Amino acid sequence: MNDRNDDDQVPQRRRFLECMAWAGAGAVWAMKGGIAHASALGAGNAASDATFRFVQISDSHVGFHLAPNPDPVATLRETIARINAQPQRPDFIVHTGDLTHLSKPEQFDTVKQVLSEAKVDRVFFIPGEHDVIGDNGKAFFDRFGSGAGGGWYSFDHRGVHFIALVNVLNLQAGGLGFLGTEQLAWLRQDVAGLSGSTPIVVFAHMPLWSLYPQWGWGTQDAAQALQPLKRFGSVTVLNGHIHQIQQSVEGRVMFYTARSTAYPQPAPGQGSAPGPLKDLPASQLRAHIGLREVRHVRGSQAIAVTDSALA
Amino acid sequence: MFRRSLLPLALLLPLAASAAPPAATARYQIEIRNFHFLPARATVPVGAQVTWTNRDEEPHIVVSTGNRFPSSPALDTGDRYRATFTTPGTYTYFCSIHPQMVATIVVR
Repeated sequence: MNDRNDDDQVPQRRRFLECMAWAGAGAVWAMKGGIAHASALGAGNAASDATFRFVQISDSHVGFHLAPNPDPVATLRETIARINAQPQRPDFIVHTGDLTHLSKPEQFDTVKQVLSEAKVDRVFFIPGEHDVIGDNGKAFFDRFGSGAGGGWYSFDHRGVHFIALVNVLNLQAGGLGFLGTEQLAWLRQDVAGLSGSTPIVVFAHMPLWSLYPQWGWGTQDAAQALQPLKRFGSVTVLNGHIHQIQQSVEGRVMFYTARSTAYPQPAPGQGSAPGPLKDLPASQLRAHIGLREVRHVRGSQAIAVTDSALA
Repeated sequence: MFRRSLLPLALLLPLAASAAPPAATARYQIEIRNFHFLPARATVPVGAQVTWTNRDEEPHIVVSTGNRFPSSPALDTGDRYRATFTTPGTYTYFCSIHPQMVATIVVR
């Protein structure tokens, strides 16, 4: 995915890019028959057509203690309260990594305690690179792991196949996010028996598209992960890591990066480095952090995505 | 007892001093700033002690490619890590959570 300028060749991509302007203000996204549709929040009844919904949160960085958010536990707790206040309870929450800032046991325990306040049946987790420091993820997997070998897993929920990938281990000097041959082989096997009409939702911490490799915002073997997914009519990839909303499309694969519940990072290439936007005034923090609701649209393969800031 | 335990220590001290005279230890500083190790290539003499200091809001880790010197723990803002290089060679290292950060120490 490095050809964002040749949208004239792909009508649905041009349509998609037109829609991108909506994203910052809070938009409802849906993909039907390969064409992306967007409408402003509250503009239609899209929210009522879901067979089920779940919530994605990401990058809580518990243990971070500097500007622009010296208390990420408080903003995580606000996020959970926001989820609990929704009129319709989500089927589950997925946290797409960087639960903690430094992988410390007490930081993981705090996350676990705050998330226990969520009124949902289940919370799914995948690790970010901040969750695997010093122990290859042992402290993370002990508390939040699926019990499987490498930490990756899949499950089916109401007709949608969910795949949770780990792309933050065994990172190599000069490289990006990394899946590895064992996980890629598992993925090919995992989807081999599925009908092409099964909607697929993939969770990963780092982007599975080449978003901004200079800042490490990509996954070096992502193309090999996407190859066995190309035959499916609806593939939605949800990730975190970059603490802001970015979207892309490649064939029938839609990519969405989520906001953090803690602090935003600069837009790709703006400034000298990634990292917390430390000059953000406290009064503006909550406009840049939040959560994402994801819905399976009734009677179709479509997955619709709505991002909400805390303020 | 006090005298007896003191005596061997007094005998050992000159030996230790002649093996590694503290005054001769060269000390080098490497800053971690804006997701870069600075300088990205440092040339130091054999026996040099290198100190990394993290100036970013993000944590970083110093990891030797090929595990040729011990890795640091996670360095939070302001944290330091020291390693001493006693063997000549070229040591490549990176940050294992931001692997685009790669740098080199040349020991001569």
